[in-house]
Amino acid sequence: MSSESQHIHAEGEVHEETMTRGSIWKVFFILLGITCVEFFIALYLVPKGHMSYHSANPVYIVLTLLKAFYIVAYFMHLKFEKTGLILAIAVPTLFIIGLILVLTNESHYWFGIRFPF
Amino acid sequence: MSTAVSEIDQVKTTPWAGGHSPFKVEYGKLMMWFFLLSDAFTFSSLLIAYGALRFSAQTWPGADKVFQSVPGMIESGAPLVFVGLMTFILIMSSVTMVLAVEAGHRNSKKEVTMWMIFTVIGGFMFLGCQALEWTHLHHEGFWWGSIPGPEKLAEFFEKGAAVTPATMALSGQEFANLFFTITGFHGFHVFTGVIINIIITINVLAGTYEKRGSYLMIEKVGLYWHFVDLVWVFVFTFFYLV
Repeated sequence: MSSESQHIHAEGEVHEETMTRGSIWKVFFILLGITCVEFFIALYLVPKGHMSYHSANPVYIVLTLLKAFYIVAYFMHLKFEKTGLILAIAVPTLFIIGLILVLTNESHYWFGIRFPF
Repeated sequence: MSTAVSEIDQVKTTPWAGGHSPFKVEYGKLMMWFFLLSDAFTFSSLLIAYGALRFSAQTWPGADKVFQSVPGMIESGAPLVFVGLMTFILIMSSVTMVLAVEAGHRNSKKEVTMWMIFTVIGGFMFLGCQALEWTHLHHEGFWWGSIPGPEKLAEFFEKGAAVTPATMALSGQEFANLFFTITGFHGFHVFTGVIINIIITINVLAGTYEKRGSYLMIEKVGLYWHFVDLVWVFVFTFFYLV
């Protein structure tokens, strides 16, 4: 019985840290900063021709995924949960990549059907 | 002989051997995570469908042309300003939500109540903005199954060889349907989130969680509320930026 409780204690040791008021505001300013960068690209860099429309899109997507990471990891506290829970939530989202690949491919086929010229 | 027994004991004491909480979270919180995972699939299906229809179109309405007004203040020429405000409101209400969770860890009923009320106000502000945005687009002529007339519609597209009245009508209609469906589904989540937050705030005021000795419920509704913010981050990128 005592070895069991010791074992449980050893399992839950690392994830004691949590969000303080300071770290909450830090994450807020990171999110705000990333959004400001997106606006800077959309309202200044692209209209003024410093950046093409097509090269801006991958940047937007990377910045969006970065914001998503900060929301899920810190605001939703997932970073501080047990590794098993992190994997149980994060790994299934990889299926989304599969759907993106399938429907991107499909959409080119649709394009060919809709505009056969 | 004694080693054989202790090996079996070793097997029995793993986190997954039963009788433990392998993920170290309470049942309701774990189920909230799995619900949000399934909801993430629903939203990604909607957004990927949007992407697929947009990829298979010859032209698409320009976001800076469709969304360039601040309802009640600026008629045109201010792209992204209003949606920027909406994004700020939602991120801000996410912050007040984590602050409520943090106050809950300190069992401070007064602070939890205050931050929950701020979160509810943020939610209502976002819904109000979305109602204005919808009304504006509806007045322009966009709705499920309806688009503005040809001359009005042409204002929303960049000029180009492939931009004919037929392709504009097709893409404009797809854009309208997808916009109202996806932001509508997101807005429905915001609305239910606000309702849930109000119920939880009433419970906080009634002392339910004080009696229970834990403000864990705030964490669970917090997860839902942050998820709504998370989805908006993606909706914002794919409808307003890309």
